[in-house]
Amino acid sequence: MLTPLASLRTGLELRLTADARAWLHLALSEASGAGEDGPGGGLPPWERHFVTAGRRCHATEQQPGPSPDPVDTVDAVDAARVLILHAAAPGADAVAALYRRGSAGERRAVLLALPHLDPPPATEAALGLVEDALRTNDTRLVAAALGPYAAAHLDAHQWRHGVLKCLFTGVPLAAVAGLEHRAAGDGELARMLEDYARERTAAGRAVPEDLEHALRLARFDEPPARPARRPHPQDRTEGSES
Amino acid sequence: MPSPIRRIFDPHIHMTSRTTDDYAAMYDAGVRALVEPSFWLGQPRTSPASFYDYFDGLLGWEPFRAAQYGIAHHCTLALNPKEANDPRCLPVLDELPRYLLKDGVVAVGEIGYDSMTPAEDTALAAQLQLARTHELPALVHTPHRDKAAGLARTLDVLRESGLPPAFVVLDHLNETTVGPAADSGCWLGFSIYPDTKMDPDRMVRILRVHGTERVLVNSAADWGRSDPLKTAHVADAMLAAGFEEDDVDQVLWRNPVAFYGQSGRLRLDATGPETQLFEGNSILRGGE
Ligand SMILES: [Zn+2]
Repeated sequence: MLTPLASLRTGLELRLTADARAWLHLALSEASGAGEDGPGGGLPPWERHFVTAGRRCHATEQQPGPSPDPVDTVDAVDAARVLILHAAAPGADAVAALYRRGSAGERRAVLLALPHLDPPPATEAALGLVEDALRTNDTRLVAAALGPYAAAHLDAHQWRHGVLKCLFTGVPLAAVAGLEHRAAGDGELARMLEDYARERTAAGRAVPEDLEHALRLARFDEPPARPARRPHPQDRTEGSES
Repeated sequence: MPSPIRRIFDPHIHMTSRTTDDYAAMYDAGVRALVEPSFWLGQPRTSPASFYDYFDGLLGWEPFRAAQYGIAHHCTLALNPKEANDPRCLPVLDELPRYLLKDGVVAVGEIGYDSMTPAEDTALAAQLQLARTHELPALVHTPHRDKAAGLARTLDVLRESGLPPAFVVLDHLNETTVGPAADSGCWLGFSIYPDTKMDPDRMVRILRVHGTERVLVNSAADWGRSDPLKTAHVADAMLAAGFEEDDVDQVLWRNPVAFYGQSGRLRLDATGPETQLFEGNSILRGGE
């Protein structure tokens, strides 16, 4: 059975042009030997690859390969950046700096990589990045912020506001990792969703289907004995690579 | 009525200062791609960090906003000449190399002269070298005041820089500066304004004399009196004056694509009349 990262890589390789595949192999091998500074004290080569992935990592027009992402929003560039970041295994400060100095695309990749990093980032620092992204109105960042890392670590108040923000900004709730698990029996979330539904109805606007779905989950007073939770492909901690 | 096949690339517009209504109107007028140069925001900045937030916006929020209206957004980054005169802002020059690597950065700019001070000399020369080392084109504007002398001095610095003229666009040109600018071999940029600086009919007369090669036409719309549809007005004026649709397409699409395409970083795959609007539209729903 493939780990999420191994299948991410397989799926990515299938989608790339020959040039992009050669670039990916170079980037990953340089990232595995990370640590040295680039020539002239510039960026280390792996970081340069991470930054420039958008113009190097070209997918073919053909059918995308199997994506391990349930919402299938991880495009080829995202996937390449996540793999590079995992291979480089930067320390917590370097991860935060990468986010802080990154374009929106680089920030998104850092968020997507959080559950995969080995060693895992310091929780408080990583949550700082998640919270930063949740303050934006960029739906690609909001969606990436609510991945498995937030499902496992974000506090209840902020997580509920993240769910509500998705409904406000049109991010499908399928982007929220662990929704079934975390929403189940959450009375406060149910209240927030009901209030929002009332607001929409009062304004003569339709209540999003996603809201109804989350509300049904949240209204469960008791979570089922065995949580009816499909394992999220990115949820599991990293084991061996094969 | 714009032709259904019209596509416009505005090579110089400051969307940070514009509303979503502008994006919608630009799309309706045929704009499918643009370049937003970093520039002065009207209120002088007092610290480098405020530049970095601005650059982040040009690499994050603004392309996101543009994408929701079916428009591909790229940017050029630089320390502008006006603020290069404030020593508090100079550390930006040291951070620029890192930003110039980013996807979506298609040139160094706007650079050039404002008041022609020694500090502006230094910043211009240093940033032309950054363009060379990053293999990026440069967007060099000509000053609004003392334009002819400013252009002459700009051309001297460009020659010294060793940056090939094909990698430079000289912007805000007019009838008095187009001659020497054309002789330099650089690309020729014209900003069309609602006031007397340069209007669509004068632009058409210049196109008649100089032809359509190496010419870029932009709205330079920003927080001042300006109009983001000026590119479309030039297209209309060209057709009314007897130019062909193909000439319009060359000036308003193929030329900017060729110039900024030298960066290797243009992303135009998602543009065109059939462009899908972004689904999750936090701007349309806005107000959060
Ligand atoms: Zn400008």
